[in-house]
Amino acid sequence: MTLTPAIPSAASGAPRPVRHVEQVMGMPISVALRGRHAADARAHAAWTAALAVLREADRVFSAYRADSVISRLDRGELALGERARRDSDGAFDVRRGGRLDPSGVVKGWAAERAAAHLAQLPDTDFCLSAGGDLTCRTLNPDDPPWRIGIEDPHDPSRLVAVVPIHTGAVATSGTARRGAHVLDARTGRAPSGIASVTVIGTSLTGVDIDATAAFARGPDAARWLDIRGRTALIVRTDGSTVLLSHDSDG
Amino acid sequence: MRRLLTWILSTVAVVVLLFGYKTSTGGAVQPTGTVVAAPGTGTTTAPATAPATSGSTAGTGRTYTGAAAQTHWGTVQVSITVTDGKITDVTVPLYPSGNDKDQRINARALPILTQNTLTNQNADIDMISGATVTSDGYVQSLQSALDQAGLA
Repeated sequence: MTLTPAIPSAASGAPRPVRHVEQVMGMPISVALRGRHAADARAHAAWTAALAVLREADRVFSAYRADSVISRLDRGELALGERARRDSDGAFDVRRGGRLDPSGVVKGWAAERAAAHLAQLPDTDFCLSAGGDLTCRTLNPDDPPWRIGIEDPHDPSRLVAVVPIHTGAVATSGTARRGAHVLDARTGRAPSGIASVTVIGTSLTGVDIDATAAFARGPDAARWLDIRGRTALIVRTDGSTVLLSHDSDG
Repeated sequence: MRRLLTWILSTVAVVVLLFGYKTSTGGAVQPTGTVVAAPGTGTTTAPATAPATSGSTAGTGRTYTGAAAQTHWGTVQVSITVTDGKITDVTVPLYPSGNDKDQRINARALPILTQNTLTNQNADIDMISGATVTSDGYVQSLQSALDQAGLA
């Protein structure tokens, strides 16, 4: 396999991944590529196509109007939101105050669709992050995993954990940066006791929804994720952590 | 995966027990239940004293591959290499085939707690997962530091 560009890192001697970043949907979209098509025209085309998916999602969902959104929403998206609402016993609801608010499920779903373009690059590994929720691929299991740092919700300059992941998705929901942007749909208030929830699994759509739903449940997050068989890391507001290890899914 | 790993390890233990039994009796052993079968060749001598020169040798040890077994997770086959009476290698030639992604995720994707501060020089981290990162906060973020360090 040809690796370009060959910039050895001090730590391992392996080439550093090639990186790009763009601001879309009000958040940074970062990609790291390694392998045969990490830095060539095909990589550029795949990255452009991935960004186009995210920009289209942004255009559709940020411009929605009450009388047009149904026709423009993907039918699978609506089913997804309903499933999330049911699974979280109503803590997660795309309908807030009677109006459709699909933003909770759009990001991971859109990023997963965007990543499909990167997945078409032969002999190339990728890790795509949409505002801190990410999906990674490693074709050769003997290659080193992507190493994902989990941000400390109490100090974004620090990490609470590292997740070595070959292929799969990681999503974190919490109060950092935006303040209390996640509300428990059942109470309309910010959840208490939990600073952040990170869920690891196969599908970015799935882990994104479950991280958000679990965080919305507050003190019940660990029990709920445990029942769902999720591999997850919960950081409580007192700084303590809960690590759940399960067969990953979704 | 934990359950699968436990299953594999217990299966290896069963294989080892079978070896021990065979070594002491010299007779054929019939595996019971659905666990992985005994060595593929029926003429195995005690591996501790007589490393085979034919069959699936690997290095100085001998490799034994169990029969493929159906499990809750799919088809599993375990292979071990025995050198001087000790298991020196365990491989799993057949994983459950249902979802190729699962095994890789489950095998190595558990969070490892750390207290590290990330810097530009820390090449061990590829991406940051954190509560919703916005464009406003991005400039100050760890992800930004990583991106700037590696932009082509």
